[in-house]
Amino acid sequence: MTRTLRLDGVDRSFGDRQVLKNVSFEVAAGRMTGFVGANGAGKTTTMRIILGVLSPDAGEVRWGDTLLTRQDRRRFGYMPEERGLYPKMTTREQVTYLGRLHGMDAPAARRATDTLLERVGLGERGDDLLETLSLGNQQRAQIAAALVHDPEVLVLDEPFSGLDPLAVDTVVTVLRERASAGAPVLFSSHQLDVVERLCDDLVIIADGAIRAAGSRQQLRDSYTAPRYELVVAGDAGWVRDHPGVTLVELDGARVVFDLPAGADEQPVLQAALARGPVRAFRPVSPSLTEIFREVTQ
Amino acid sequence: MNITQATRLVAEREIRVKIRDRTFLFGTLFFLLVAAAGTILPPLLSGGPDTVAVTQEAAGPLRDAGLDVRVVADDRAAEQAVRDGDVDAAVVSGPKVLAMDESPTDVVQALSSSPPVQLLDPDAVDPVVAFLVPFVFAFVFFITSQTFGLQIAQSVIEEKQTRIVEILVAAVPVRALLAGKVVAGAILAFAQIALIAVVAVVGMQIGDSGGLLTLLAPAIGWFVPFFLLGFVLLAAMWAAAGALANRQEDIAAVSTPVQLAVMLPFFAVIFLNDNDTAMRVLSYVPFSSPTAMPLRLFNGDAAGWEPFVSLAILLLAAGAFLVAGARVYEGSLLRTNGRTSLRTAWRERETIG
Repeated sequence: MTRTLRLDGVDRSFGDRQVLKNVSFEVAAGRMTGFVGANGAGKTTTMRIILGVLSPDAGEVRWGDTLLTRQDRRRFGYMPEERGLYPKMTTREQVTYLGRLHGMDAPAARRATDTLLERVGLGERGDDLLETLSLGNQQRAQIAAALVHDPEVLVLDEPFSGLDPLAVDTVVTVLRERASAGAPVLFSSHQLDVVERLCDDLVIIADGAIRAAGSRQQLRDSYTAPRYELVVAGDAGWVRDHPGVTLVELDGARVVFDLPAGADEQPVLQAALARGPVRAFRPVSPSLTEIFREVTQ
Repeated sequence: MNITQATRLVAEREIRVKIRDRTFLFGTLFFLLVAAAGTILPPLLSGGPDTVAVTQEAAGPLRDAGLDVRVVADDRAAEQAVRDGDVDAAVVSGPKVLAMDESPTDVVQALSSSPPVQLLDPDAVDPVVAFLVPFVFAFVFFITSQTFGLQIAQSVIEEKQTRIVEILVAAVPVRALLAGKVVAGAILAFAQIALIAVVAVVGMQIGDSGGLLTLLAPAIGWFVPFFLLGFVLLAAMWAAAGALANRQEDIAAVSTPVQLAVMLPFFAVIFLNDNDTAMRVLSYVPFSSPTAMPLRLFNGDAAGWEPFVSLAILLLAAGAFLVAGARVYEGSLLRTNGRTSLRTAWRERETIG
């Protein structure tokens, strides 16, 4: 079953401070949606509202065609930003417990726990008290806790913060797996390079309002002027005087420039060829950081 | 999964974690030892009947009085037996009672004639027992509600402090978390008391003070439902207090009202237990009725209908406190930035669907 998770006009205030303003976006089935924004932009509040930990002042969260209910949410996997499990319980015991709270029967929860602990590399430490594990291993336990009940939707708040590189790879693999099985996966991060590497879709939030949402390619196309890189044999300084060109970067023979949206780039190439050999001429995709900077300003 | 199943899972976890906790185990063991020692030792320490050395002719009345009689050849042998420490006392011709350094009351009584005594209120409770029983009831309720209540608050804070509460709240209704903790606390408290009671009863049989048991039985029978409801009432308060705190260090500050609600009735029952009017009032006030009403029943001061009325009041109060406690709990559980005021918690709970 593939369904879309949809937020529609969600408002939320804490006291006088409105932290979410008319937030609407979709997390499509089978896609990894990156949720980016500065600290305090409203990412965590949005995710808590999706999970029903906070209630919205206005607006709604829909799951497929219906309003999201508590029963639906029990099939969600959630990793809160602030991590924590019971320090005085073993990993195996508490992951099993969380599986049961999410509606699994005891044998199924135990089986899923064993498999998952093996997966995240905690097979041998599963019976140690959580507090005796290293921070990295505690993070792995946390991942197991979010996934034990084989959730239909994953909502992960900063899943990569504090992870060692090996654990990052494990998480990425698991998330990809869930997404390709048809689950919507929403994850927040302020590490834009990680999001850029992983996400299919992107939602950008700033000051509690959604500034941009859509597939990565769409955003690239719509939020940045066409940009090109040109490398010539001699000095590329002349490009700045070419009509319509906005210079981004000039370094001797290499130049990066923007053209107005819809403008033809070929005249620049022809002008370059007329002056001498051209070593390279290619479109440059803007990085997520650049898009982010542009839409949040 | 419905709220009952969720409550059960939560309660199961609480109990499983608790019965592995060393502090809890040693605490229980300590109480069991005290109960065993308190019931078995006193009769043993008081020793058997006095031994008395006497010649054959005078032995009859002393034997009838239940003393341990050693028949000796003559008065000189009797005196020697006292001096050697073989017996506590000797009766020699005269009759005269010999002893080393303490007048042997039992022997003297056996030889003297006392006027007949007619008891007009033979059921009245032995004053020593009458003094001890209220103390034991109040103490048991005080200690258990304090210990297990505090543990409920600590468990609430642990979930808040480690932030696991966010995962829990996303999975099960907040009320199931609260109910699970209260149920687990009540079961553990009750099991501990039952275990102590069993040890005490066995101890009384061994120590041969079974008579007291017959006297206590009806009061204990009433103590059980009163205890359970009283515990639920306080547990709801403890859970709410725990939810208001943010770190284990805050617990003293947030739990002061709860501590007072436990402490004041405890001292009131201890100090006012021979004041009829005060006890009548205390036996209806929800916080003190769990100890005061069984006591009045024990002393035969309460009419047959009274415990039912008092129990009904306690039930209503426990219900009201559960509802109020749940509201405060829901309103403060997810506020992890410092202590939450009772007012904020009451007003601004999340209405989670």
